[in-house]
Order: sequence, then C-alpha cells, then structure tokens
Amino acid sequence: MSTQTKLQAVTGNQAVAMAMKQIDPDVVAAYPITPQTDVVQTYSQYVADGLVKSEFVTAESEHSAMSACIGSAAAGARTMTATSSAGFALMWEVLYVAASMRLPIVMTTVNRALSGPINIHCDHSDSMGGRDTGWIQIYNEDAQEAYDATVMGFPIAEHAAVRLPLMNMYDGFIISGAIGPLRALSDEQVQDFIGQAPPYPSLLQPKNPATFGPFDGLHGWYFEHKVSQNLAMEAALPVIQDTYDRFAELTGRQYHHLMTYGMEDAEVALVTIGSSAGTARSVQAKLRSEGIKVGIVKPRTFRPFPTEEFAQAISGVKAVGIMDRADSFGAQGGPLYLEVLAALYQRGVSTKTVNFIYGLGGRDLYPQNIEEAIRTLQSAADGGDLPNSRIYLNLKGAQ
Amino acid sequence: MATKLSPKQYVERAERLSGGHRLCAGCGAGIIVRQLLMGAKDNPVVVSNATGCLEVSTTIYPYTAWKDSFIHSAFENAAATISGVEAAYKSLERQGRVDSDKPYKFLSIAGDGGSYDIGLQAISGALERGHDIVVACYDNGAYMNTGFQRSAATPRGAWTTTSPNGKVSIGKTQPRKNLTAIAVAHGIPYVAQASPHNFRDLIAKAETAFETPGPAFLNILSPCPRGWRSADEMGMALAKMMVESCWWPLYEVVDGEYKISYDPKNRKIPIRDWMKQQGRFKHLFTPANEEFLDELQVDCDREWERLKQLAALSTPADKPVAE
Repeated sequence: MSTQTKLQAVTGNQAVAMAMKQIDPDVVAAYPITPQTDVVQTYSQYVADGLVKSEFVTAESEHSAMSACIGSAAAGARTMTATSSAGFALMWEVLYVAASMRLPIVMTTVNRALSGPINIHCDHSDSMGGRDTGWIQIYNEDAQEAYDATVMGFPIAEHAAVRLPLMNMYDGFIISGAIGPLRALSDEQVQDFIGQAPPYPSLLQPKNPATFGPFDGLHGWYFEHKVSQNLAMEAALPVIQDTYDRFAELTGRQYHHLMTYGMEDAEVALVTIGSSAGTARSVQAKLRSEGIKVGIVKPRTFRPFPTEEFAQAISGVKAVGIMDRADSFGAQGGPLYLEVLAALYQRGVSTKTVNFIYGLGGRDLYPQNIEEAIRTLQSAADGGDLPNSRIYLNLKGAQ
Repeated sequence: MATKLSPKQYVERAERLSGGHRLCAGCGAGIIVRQLLMGAKDNPVVVSNATGCLEVSTTIYPYTAWKDSFIHSAFENAAATISGVEAAYKSLERQGRVDSDKPYKFLSIAGDGGSYDIGLQAISGALERGHDIVVACYDNGAYMNTGFQRSAATPRGAWTTTSPNGKVSIGKTQPRKNLTAIAVAHGIPYVAQASPHNFRDLIAKAETAFETPGPAFLNILSPCPRGWRSADEMGMALAKMMVESCWWPLYEVVDGEYKISYDPKNRKIPIRDWMKQQGRFKHLFTPANEEFLDELQVDCDREWERLKQLAALSTPADKPVAE
C-alpha cells in the first residue's frame, strides 16, 4: 500500500472530475445534461484556470460531442467525455462508429432514465440500451469505484490487444450528487499508472496519411471487421482483470469482474449492479444474523460479459434473484437477467431464478424491498416456486 | 482574397485525389475536391467527409482515393468530426507532439443533404465555436446518393423522387434554403460561393479559406448528370450557365463585407436556358407552366438584386466589380 492522499468527502461527479484532471486528457468534448452536468462544469473550470492541458470542445449536442471525440481520438489524442440518459441515446449512432474504428475513448455515463415520460432520475436504461454498441462497460457502486475505474480506463481501452472505447457508469443523483468518501491517488501515481498509449495509426502522421471509416459494402470485409471487434472484447476480459490487479498493487483496492459478498456458503443469491449493492449488503448482514444464508453478487464488468465468473459464482446456490434497473419490454426480463440466465444455461448451472425490476425513474429501493426479495428467494430455496414473470419492487398500487 | 493564378501554375500543384475512384462520369464532386485541395497548397490536410456519393465512391475498402488523411464517421457529423480533429491538433501541437514541417489544414465536406439538412446543426456548432477549419458543401440539389430525393437545396419546381411532379403537383413547391446566408449569419471571417467551371476562382477561394484563421464556409455548385437528368459531358457548361443567369452567383463575404466575384452584366441569361437542358425541369416546359417559370425568373432576379445591394453597401463606389 503506497501513499495516498487523505480521505475526502466528495460527490461522485466531483470524484470523476478529479480523476479526469489527474489524467489530463488531450481533448474533452462534451455537452451538459443532468445529472452529468457538474463533471463538465468542474472540468471547464480546470481548463479556465489552466490546470489541465486539454482542449475543451463545447459541442452543440451529444451527437456532435461523440463525433468530435471520434475525430480527436482518430487524430491520436487521448479523449474523454461524459453524458447521461437522452444524451447517451443521441450518441447511439456514433457509439458504434467509435467502437468499430477501435478508438479508445473513455466516457463517463451517469445513469439516468430515458424519456418518456421525461424523468431525470436514476435507472440503467441508458447504458443498458448501449450494451451492444461495442464499448467496454464497467458499472460502479460509489464515488470511490467511479474514481478508480476512471483512472483504469485508458490502460484498458488503449491496450494493444483491446483498442476499444470504454464507458464507466454510476448511478445518477444517488452517487453523482451524494457526498461519499474518497481516497484519491496523487497526480504522479495517476500519470505513472496510465503511462503512454501504445503507438497506433492516426490522422496526424504526414508521412503516413490514413483513411478512417471507409465504405465497406456488400463484397467487402464488414463481417470480418465485426468479428474482430468481438475478438477484441474477448481479449479485453483478461486485460481488465490484469488492470484491476495492477491497481490493487498500487492502492490495496482489489476489483474483480464480479464482486461477491458471502457467496462461500450462500444458499440464495442476489445479483445487483451499482449503488443498490450497498443497500443489499446492509440487508444481507441483518438477514444473515437471522440465519438466512444470502450472498450478493455485484457485476462490475458487463461488457465483455464475464460468463465463466457468473457460472462459478452462482453454482451451488438454490435460488438466485437478478435485479435489473432497466427493463426490456416484451422480453422475459431485464437485460442483466437475460444475460445471467444465458451464462448459467450455457455452463450447465441449474438453479431457480427470478427477475426483480426496481428503481425505474429513480424509484427508491428501500431495505425492506431487498429483504422482501431475499425472503422470496429463501422460500424458493425451501421448496417453493418462483414466478416466470418479473417481480417489481416498490411498485405503487399493484402489489 | 488569394491571388488567382494561371491554369499552368495550378497544374503544377499536386493532385491529391487519385483517379480510379467510382464517381459517375460528369460528377462535380471529384472535380471540386481536387480544386479545393489545390487551395491547400503544400500543407497536409485532414478531410472529414459526410456519408454520401463522394465518400462511398472514393473509399471502397481496402482502397482509398485520398492522398491526405481522411475520416468518415456518419452523415450528419462531418463538421463535428473535424472539430475534434482540429482540437486534437491544437492540443498535440501545443505539446510538441505533431511531427510535421507544415501546419495542418482541416476540411469538412458534405453534399447538400449533409449540409443544408441533416448536417446543419453540426456545421452551425462548428462555425460558432471558431475552429480553424474549412467547411465545404458540394450542392447538387438533392440526395443523389440514395436516388434523387429532395433536400432543402432542391430548386423550386424540380422533380425529385420525393417531390415528383404529378397530376396535382408541379414538383418541389418550396424555395431553396439559403445556406450561404446562414453561414454568413454566424459572423465568421470568410464565406464564399463558387462553381467548379470557374476553377481559378474556386481554387483562390479555397486558398483564402484555408489561410483565413478561424472557420470558413464554401458553398459550391456541383453538377450531377444522374439527378439533374442531363448529359454527362454538359456538367461544367450547365454550371457556367447557372452562374451566368445569376441563379448561382459567385461571391464572397469577408468579415461581413460582400464582394461579387463575377457579374455577367449584359451577358446575363434567362434561367430557362439551363433549366430546359435538365430533365428534372422537363415537366415545367408546357404552355400551362409559363407563368410559373416567369415566377422562378422573378425570384432569381430579386435575389440577385438583393445580393448586389449587399455588395454595394460593402464596396466603395469607386471600386468596380470584376467582369
């Protein structure tokens, strides 16, 4: 454990803005949207005060912000941005372009519900809607995780075997605006950790002009390009873990694709992403004192999807509840549920499963809602049945 | 404005778009690109190109016709993309991380669909932010790449596949959007209209645009034999006639001051002369539509007079306009 700065009390957005300042990317191109706004505002002040060397492109929309990021990254500049919700949705077209050009852009996505009806509060429908864009996706529980993941962004994204854009998520308002504890690294530690990007062709090499984004039609290589993106995703899984491990050597904070809590002897398990994992752990402590052997699985890496890790973590439990803060209308459940089920089926893990949908549009998730979910799982473990349909937590009226 | 050189002097400048690309015979886009890049002299250029004919015809993977660095991202974002490239250049240059003897120049180019319509916001944002870039539009008056659909640049009365003439329609009913005026309204240092038939004028304008610090906008008439339903070999002749009729006047706006680059004066021709050579206007040439054609002529003349007034407000009376 090396020297880290003292414990600070900051919001999630402040933590990420601090990490961005320490990374000091060549270019930041962004557009303001609630609840991401103060990342952009704080960074603007760093630029105004000459604390960073970054060029700041104040784009006129998120579509243009991501487009400018694409131009910048293709020109060989370390490039960052941040967005939320509708802004993420407006970027959607060009998120695919960024990934297919293999541009290691690092983006903060502060999770917020999508319209309509319009709602500014947290759920995961924005980034979950972008899960197939070809970006690496890391979900964070609190300000510390968001800070750490931001520092780890470029070493993963720029890795020669990966070369993919990366987005970091944390919960809008709950984390972005709430004050929590943070142990930051020193500027030198951050710069040493991120190092220099490996060389790659760029638009600004006069002796070697390059064409980016050519037409690749019916008789071309489009299919092969898509396959290569998937190979890069597969290669990213160990690179992400290596980066987590290297970060642990520096900080003592050890991350995994899945963070597991009390899974060693668990009879039932709850899988949950983001800030709700903290609430789940506090309920877990209470129920364990009553003799309910409940474990918590918190996925951090969602793209690439850690299939093997899920199969190993959940193997042995009698019932598992998968919590989604986004829905997939008309499907059997939310996106996390569907992917966990596929992982379990593929790896031959047979257990009772159910999908809990919670927190859409910022609906509170109270400890008693999680307790209710865990008790449902326990009764299934004791021989009861679980419904095939979703169970909504803290839904008004219907329950 | 940069000095117009002789054709011989321009020929000595490097060709920066190679032959063998797949643009149609008679297409204006490739000719315009060659002229624009001559305006960059021997500076390296990064080109950002919107989705469209030019892009699909010049970058068929694994080939490229571009001798400069080139990026295509999507349809509506060529200007936003070049903003990012220019920002990266500024940042890296400041840090001493660009290995180039000559300063880079930045060109965003899109058709009228990618400029007047779907790309307008990105162009407006890029011009307002003041990037040191040149934004060019090659205006052939419709979405030609997808099969001739109407755009905001399609002339009133023209047939397109989404503004067809029919029993109750005369073709496109609305007048064109004036994109050049919109660019001027951004208060940027340099805006110009050009046509590739007058290549000395176009190259000199491109040179001025590249050399002007800050954003510059060039709107360039681009013949399209397929969409105009005109003969392949007639492209430059038609462009010349459209300029001679003052329907596509050549002018520039330098720091808000209008200068007409070419005034045909008593050689000004009626718009009917070039309209009747383009199949997209064929349905208008019936006795019943004479009045409508007269209306279009009135519209054209009114716009030309307005432009002359703007130039007169800008130009001292003793400074004659080039003939």
